[in-house]
Amino acid sequence: MLSSLFQFFTSLKLTVVCLGLATLLVFVGTIAQVEQGLYQAQDRYFRSFFVYWSPGGADWGIPVFPGGYLIGGLLTLNLIANYVRRYKFNRANLGLLTVHLGLVLLLMGQLFTDLLSTESAINLQLGETKNYSEDFFASELVVADTTDPDTARVVSIPTTLLPTTPTVRLPQKPFELQVRQFWPNAELLENAGEGTVASGATDGVGRTLWVQGRPPTVKMDERNVPAATVTLSDAGKPLGTWLVSGLLRPQSFAHEGRSYEIALRPKRHYTPYSLTLLDLRHDVYPGTDIPKNFSSRVRIDNPSSGENREVLIFMNNPLRYQGLTYYQYQMAARGPVKSSTLQVVRNPSWLTPYLACLLVGAGLTWQFLAHLIGFLKQRSA
Amino acid sequence: MKNYVRWLPWLVAGLATLWVVSGILPRSSSGFELGEFGRLPVVLNGRVQPLDSVARNSLRQLRNKQTALRDSRTRVSAIEWLLEAFNRPARADELKSFRIDNPELLGLLKLPENEKHFSFSEVRPSLTELERQARRVDEVPAQNRTAFEKQTMKLYSSLVLYQRLKNSLSPEFSTNFLAELTDYEQLLPAASAAAQAHQDGGQFDSAALNRIMVFVRRYSQMAELSHPLMVPPADPRAPDTDWQSMGASLVAAVEKGSLHPAVKWYAQMGRAYNQGDVNGFNQALGEYRGWLAAHFPQAYSKGQWESLFNRKEPFYKATALYTIAFLLVCFSWIRESAALRRSAYALVVVSLSIHTLGLIYRMALEGRPPVTNLYSSAIFIGWGAAVFGLVLERFSKSNLGGLGLATAAFIGLVTGIIAHNLALGGDTMEMMRAVLDTNFWLATHVVTITIGYVATFVAGFLGIVFIVFGVLNRAFDRATAVGMERLMYGAICFATLFSFIGTVLGGIWADQSWGRFWGWDPKENGALIIVLWNAMILHARWGNMIQERGMAVMSVFGNVVTSYSWFGVNMLGVGLHSYGFMDSGFKWLLLFVVSQAIIMGLAFLPAAYCRSQLFRSANSGPQGKAAKDAAAQRA
Repeated sequence: MLSSLFQFFTSLKLTVVCLGLATLLVFVGTIAQVEQGLYQAQDRYFRSFFVYWSPGGADWGIPVFPGGYLIGGLLTLNLIANYVRRYKFNRANLGLLTVHLGLVLLLMGQLFTDLLSTESAINLQLGETKNYSEDFFASELVVADTTDPDTARVVSIPTTLLPTTPTVRLPQKPFELQVRQFWPNAELLENAGEGTVASGATDGVGRTLWVQGRPPTVKMDERNVPAATVTLSDAGKPLGTWLVSGLLRPQSFAHEGRSYEIALRPKRHYTPYSLTLLDLRHDVYPGTDIPKNFSSRVRIDNPSSGENREVLIFMNNPLRYQGLTYYQYQMAARGPVKSSTLQVVRNPSWLTPYLACLLVGAGLTWQFLAHLIGFLKQRSA
Repeated sequence: MKNYVRWLPWLVAGLATLWVVSGILPRSSSGFELGEFGRLPVVLNGRVQPLDSVARNSLRQLRNKQTALRDSRTRVSAIEWLLEAFNRPARADELKSFRIDNPELLGLLKLPENEKHFSFSEVRPSLTELERQARRVDEVPAQNRTAFEKQTMKLYSSLVLYQRLKNSLSPEFSTNFLAELTDYEQLLPAASAAAQAHQDGGQFDSAALNRIMVFVRRYSQMAELSHPLMVPPADPRAPDTDWQSMGASLVAAVEKGSLHPAVKWYAQMGRAYNQGDVNGFNQALGEYRGWLAAHFPQAYSKGQWESLFNRKEPFYKATALYTIAFLLVCFSWIRESAALRRSAYALVVVSLSIHTLGLIYRMALEGRPPVTNLYSSAIFIGWGAAVFGLVLERFSKSNLGGLGLATAAFIGLVTGIIAHNLALGGDTMEMMRAVLDTNFWLATHVVTITIGYVATFVAGFLGIVFIVFGVLNRAFDRATAVGMERLMYGAICFATLFSFIGTVLGGIWADQSWGRFWGWDPKENGALIIVLWNAMILHARWGNMIQERGMAVMSVFGNVVTSYSWFGVNMLGVGLHSYGFMDSGFKWLLLFVVSQAIIMGLAFLPAAYCRSQLFRSANSGPQGKAAKDAAAQRA
């Protein structure tokens, strides 16, 4: 039994079948992006063990095809099993050994990237300073005690947890929180329109607004703006109902002599240092609108290390700092409000592809040269 | 008589070289130095280029050719057409400059359906209607447009381009631009002083300002319409950004108080051309050229070199020679003629030589590595395949004679045709968008990936020949099959190496510029599919799961995979690589895929329908005993 299992995992047939399935999966997963958008297609086809098919849009699905994790996992097992079985260190298979070692490293590195890396963005107006970046997808509901003008005490609740969060515990004052309604993506309107509902807010700017629920977007250049109506109460006594949304500024209220703020905003990732946008440039080629370069000059200010310096971030030239990498992402250089957005990536395994590439490249070249020399020798013989 | 085996190839090579070298510019019989006019540098699409390029690229967009038609017979060279449009718009309107194929569009414009080439005058009566349609179509997202709507938009933008060209040198309806300029120049000093005084808040001569306003309004309109930036900066050290359109330069003259000398020379050339004054034209042209050479030597020589490149058309000639070479190889197989095969060899060598020269010349002109866009990738794939094919021919056994030549010639000619069609989009030396503006990654990632394409196509072509021979060629035997299989295997190894390295380099580039090594972007996935497919072929061979015929079939499918990665993903219109978007090619891609499917199907034709011993002997099929024996031997 064990030996036949081992046989299965070392077989070249498994390799070929997996490679064939992978080819098909990547093809179908690419085409699916047209309809489903990059992120959804990626989750469905590549970051999954099975691709499910839901007949007629049902909320359950039948696994119809192996997903990226399954195929990748099988290939990795296949590779490792073959290593165990065939590992013989000699000149003839040195190349292949190196190639496959590189491949294992590459696959593992990508798995770790998948699991560990985070992406966010920092949007800076000219002259603005921030010590946090904002998540692309996740949002948070925050209630802050802002009585002390220097330090705010903040409670943040990921929106995914909202329906199950009964209490917001601030140091001075615990509030009970009740979510009346939640929209994953919503537009706010000043007048009633098609498909709008009254916000039902009793406090804040939301009182006069209408909420228009939207289907979550899958487009890469749009993001979902969630909204919710929440009621806060103190010991069973309601304080009021607020409409919160990524489109609204923080709304403040006072209670028992202290001032508070409530807001729904993209999830923040704080850093122990701050960035200030000093200058931005959007260069075009003469007489055209073709962009030649986007660049942002920023100042890093890190009180903990006393570091304070200027950096120029431009296309193909990111800033790597304290495990984070800042890339020039978007830019509004022409409007009245000039701003630049940097993409912020934390990817602890970013070096693995470089190493893997070296290994596989060297191995393939070795193998290929060996073949070529053999071929030429045979020919001249 | 046997001797012709020796001299025929030399004769063929000599004739081909003669044809290539003889491509001297068509001298205008009128005496106007049109060639020299075509070399004048201007700035367009963000780069310095000669007027000749402006003319050719415009006509490519307007009527898919580098010439216009006077009537159904007489061709007008691009530069002459441009001169007419610049200086005699009314006459240019009579030249057939537009190509319209779509029957619905022809119906809309009330044009005869049995013709394709039309002049502006013929289209003019329906302009309002066309504009109305275009405004509607403009609202429709590009990927949802019907063929009629796409063609409507294309014609509309062609007309806009034409309109802009007509206003680039002088206002379209001016009767005597030179005289007009003389009047304008006389008003300038007073107007300039008045404008300055007005700005300083002092007393100013409002009459002088009013007099000149008529002109300024006219020239501002012209500046809005004009296409290339014709006038160099006042300061030779200024960047290319400071070139100005004729109109803008005329408006700017008010502030400066004088006209830019280039403006006057262009006006003199225009006037002389209108009057048929050959000497006047050539003299003004000569003076301007002398001035350019002294003040803008770089732009001047760029104009010279690029227009020479345009006239020599190295890639077009290479394509033609590859076509002849391919035919010669085919005949050499049918007639078993060594003379024909050697002649084909000679032709491929000549063709590859001009192809190489063209490639290097283009790189020097652009200051870029060989592959910068889809057009240049096609040129490069053809070149790579020709090199690959010649190497195969040189090193493969004699029973495979001609195979490498056929590979070189066929892929060379097909990619040549593809490149020709891609060039119809306009300027093929366009500037690189921000993230692409890096010679390092263009030289490493893009070139390696493209070499991977080359090798996959070479293997695929060998696969096609294998299958066609198997079905049609009586003499196709096991020895040949085994030899061909080895060649395919070698090409696939090569393809795997380069595709993999190229893909990973692309990942590293993405990591450098977007923050992630891999993002499942369509173009990345396309490259990955090539790697996966080639790896699959290699493992299937190592596991003895396929024999010669299986190798051929899988290699042919490699063509499909590669063409998808090369073009298909750009047609999806999603992702970060969609800069190469093109929709007209979709039909052709589909046709190509179908053709490859048919060829793969042929490999499974029942033995009775095949003519070669190999495909007829029952035990030589993909699972046959003889095949297994051969495999054992090979292992």
